[in-house]
Amino acid sequence: MLYALLGGFGVAALAPWLHQLFGRHSGWALAVWPATLFIYFASMLSGVNDGPVLIRHDWIPSLGIQLSFMVDGLSLLFALLISGIGVFIVAYAGRYLEQHQDLGRFYAILLAFMASMLGLVLSDNLISLFVFWELTSITSYLLIGFNHEDAAARRSALQGLFVTVGGGLALMTGLIMLAMVGGSYELSALLSQGDVIREHAWYAPILALILLGAFTKSAQFPFHFWLPNAMAAPTPVSAYLHSATMVKAGIYLLARLNPALGGTQLWLTVLGGVGAITLFIGIWLALRSTGIKKVLAYSTVMALGTLTMLIGLGTDIALSAAMAFLLAHSLYKGALFMIAGIIDHGTGSKDLRDTGGLFRAMPITAVTASVAALSLAGVLPMFGFVAKELLFESVLSSAAFWITMLVIAGTAMTVAVAALIGILPWYGKNAATKKTPHEAPPALLAGPIVLATLGLLFGLFAPLVDERLLGAAVSAVAGSSVTPNLALWHGINVALGLSALTLALGLCLYFWRDKFRHYTRFTDTLAKAGPERGYDASISWLVKISAWQTRFFQSGYLRYYLLIILLTFMALVWTVMLIHWPALSMGINLQGIQLHEYALVFVLVAAALAAARSESRLGAVASLGAVGFTVALLYVMFSAPDLGITQVLVETLTVILLVLVLFRLPGFLRLTSTALRLRDAMVASAVGITMTCLLLFAADARLYDSISHWHVAQSVPGGYGRNIVNVILVDFRALDTLGEIFVLALAATGVLAMIRLRAEDKSR
Amino acid sequence: MNMPNQPDSLILRVTGHFLLPLLIMFSLFLLLRGHNEPGGGFIGGLVASAAIALHLFFTDVQSARRLIWLDPRDLLGWGLTIAIASGVIAMFSGLPFLSALWTELSVPMFGMLKIGTPLMFDIGVYLVVIGTVLNILLSLAEAEDA
Repeated sequence: MLYALLGGFGVAALAPWLHQLFGRHSGWALAVWPATLFIYFASMLSGVNDGPVLIRHDWIPSLGIQLSFMVDGLSLLFALLISGIGVFIVAYAGRYLEQHQDLGRFYAILLAFMASMLGLVLSDNLISLFVFWELTSITSYLLIGFNHEDAAARRSALQGLFVTVGGGLALMTGLIMLAMVGGSYELSALLSQGDVIREHAWYAPILALILLGAFTKSAQFPFHFWLPNAMAAPTPVSAYLHSATMVKAGIYLLARLNPALGGTQLWLTVLGGVGAITLFIGIWLALRSTGIKKVLAYSTVMALGTLTMLIGLGTDIALSAAMAFLLAHSLYKGALFMIAGIIDHGTGSKDLRDTGGLFRAMPITAVTASVAALSLAGVLPMFGFVAKELLFESVLSSAAFWITMLVIAGTAMTVAVAALIGILPWYGKNAATKKTPHEAPPALLAGPIVLATLGLLFGLFAPLVDERLLGAAVSAVAGSSVTPNLALWHGINVALGLSALTLALGLCLYFWRDKFRHYTRFTDTLAKAGPERGYDASISWLVKISAWQTRFFQSGYLRYYLLIILLTFMALVWTVMLIHWPALSMGINLQGIQLHEYALVFVLVAAALAAARSESRLGAVASLGAVGFTVALLYVMFSAPDLGITQVLVETLTVILLVLVLFRLPGFLRLTSTALRLRDAMVASAVGITMTCLLLFAADARLYDSISHWHVAQSVPGGYGRNIVNVILVDFRALDTLGEIFVLALAATGVLAMIRLRAEDKSR
Repeated sequence: MNMPNQPDSLILRVTGHFLLPLLIMFSLFLLLRGHNEPGGGFIGGLVASAAIALHLFFTDVQSARRLIWLDPRDLLGWGLTIAIASGVIAMFSGLPFLSALWTELSVPMFGMLKIGTPLMFDIGVYLVVIGTVLNILLSLAEAEDA
């Protein structure tokens, strides 16, 4: 299992090289990998009926993070879809992007995405699930922005990234809280803790955070806008990520967590409501669009809304409907997107209005498109019909009235959209296209044909699909054993009547589509004020605030940096000290201080004052030196020879450095006003007082025994050294020292760069 | 590096030539005895840097660079590498990163000598400290000359 997942990243890394090796046929060659995975996952199918299979590998054992995988009906259904559709997408991309110079890079990202997606659906550990979740966002970003010379593609890529990663941040918080409540990071353990989690006071916040993650990823209203924009990606990407796989990650998460979080009134209201609204808005916008990929993208939004709503309803039949709908949608939407690519590839048209009569030039594509569109419309005997029947039955039995109405209206419009894709480009009079239409090569046709045919076969043999594939998936979502009872023919009932009604309504809508568009123009103005506007506004505010805070904090003046650091430090220290004020005490004991120690302190204070008041630079340097050497003397007197030696050496080197730069500085001028000097003096003394108080409080408050006893006791037997300071530095706390020398090296490199840059500026 | 309007000092030059090897030896002495007496990589590194800074005062940057025959930037890299390597050694024996390992060698005339990875780590610290100080010092001096 580990090899099946991580091997994907390996193949991705090798992909550019393999592409050069296989040249024109690299698509087919690379498709061997997902095909292998598909066979591997298919071989596990019979095993999951007896319950989930768990596989564990330690990753970060000290934090309880494991690479653990859970294979059950749900994850296997997703894994099969990802690898199965992946085969055709890779082969398709090889031909579709044949002329593209960066095809090697494309394969690499696509295969990396596939591996991340598989990791996401197979992870048992919440942390690794989250890591894979974010990896899919990042690879999706790279794929949307694949044509990075196009500004619109870059913008869409960033938009998708910001929306999904922003949701990912919420998701991470939600998952961690979920693990704290449920007492485990393993999904397999959490799913049986449903009662504990639902009763917990954190249930609502956990749900809100996780839903935010799932809704952004799966393009639910009001985050649906990024998905149609993501169509800037090359078509294979749209077909794969933005219809069949990645956008379903949110749905996967909802389905996966249904046994742990689902079944409450809150769950029902939020998922049911948001899902129904997304469904309706999605299909409405699809019907109003004319770009082929836009239509398909919005109808994907509709499908995602339907799935969310069904999971929200949560009854056995709704969950069966969700899984059936998921499977049906992946099959026909993958096929339709690839056909959109074929139309673009074969005719140069991207818009429905520029197409027509293509049946004569590309008959195979046309038939495939019609079969896939029939499944989208939910016409007998396609698998889409089975799913739609279940959808109606579950909505009629358990959903609120307004949701039922939205679903019926949405389904009717879906039929019209299916007709737009399945009829409009192929029949009627020939439209003038940029290229002479020609039939697509086998690599492009293989995917649509296989997927569309599967949509038909699954419909004809629905009970078999039920038994072999969906039964285990639905049981995993429900958390108990459920038999979906898929069948093509449910008898004459209300659902069948609704099916016929929506079919008729949809066809009417299709024939009067121009009138519909004309009368619904007003929604365009509404859409302009929609969520995307909010996204743009928040991005521009983010930029403004960042610019402001950068100007404020990074003023470029050392004095302001110091001022901000010191004031922040004081504010933080005093906040904590004031909170614990009653418990603090200062044990000041002036007895036993020798006269020469008083004298040293007097010298120290006098030197510091002299440094602050000095009228010349050399005087200030000398006074500071006096401060340093006095401190060194104090160290020696209180038996810390190592500190004393270090202090003396550092003072010496500081003087040498200052001598080097002294000649480069302009003359010593008093530029600051008295008021500013007063302010600086106040800040400086406040910091001094803060430090003094902090140390005095700290010295008096001892919560635990001092660790120095342990160090003293362990130094010789444990560290083989009598110099405790050194033993601590190089043995007991060696990792700290390692960090410090890294900081030292970085600082030196920084100084070097600054001096070099200045020197180069000068010489120019 | 010759300061502006500064005559070449004979006394500084002569004493400097004598002090340089002594200081370097003293810095090595501090480094090696650090585990048992005051000293160690940090202090040793500072002494060595001071010695080379002294050399810088009576000769010039080129001569100081020749003296350390490695670019101070490389010293940073080698120091960090040695320090990390000292930690990795323990991992080969299945111990956590940076665990101390000791062994005793018998050296003729000296007797038993204990060496271990902490000493190697300290040598890394020593090199990083010298590298840091000299990086700053030499580039400042060079900018002065330019």
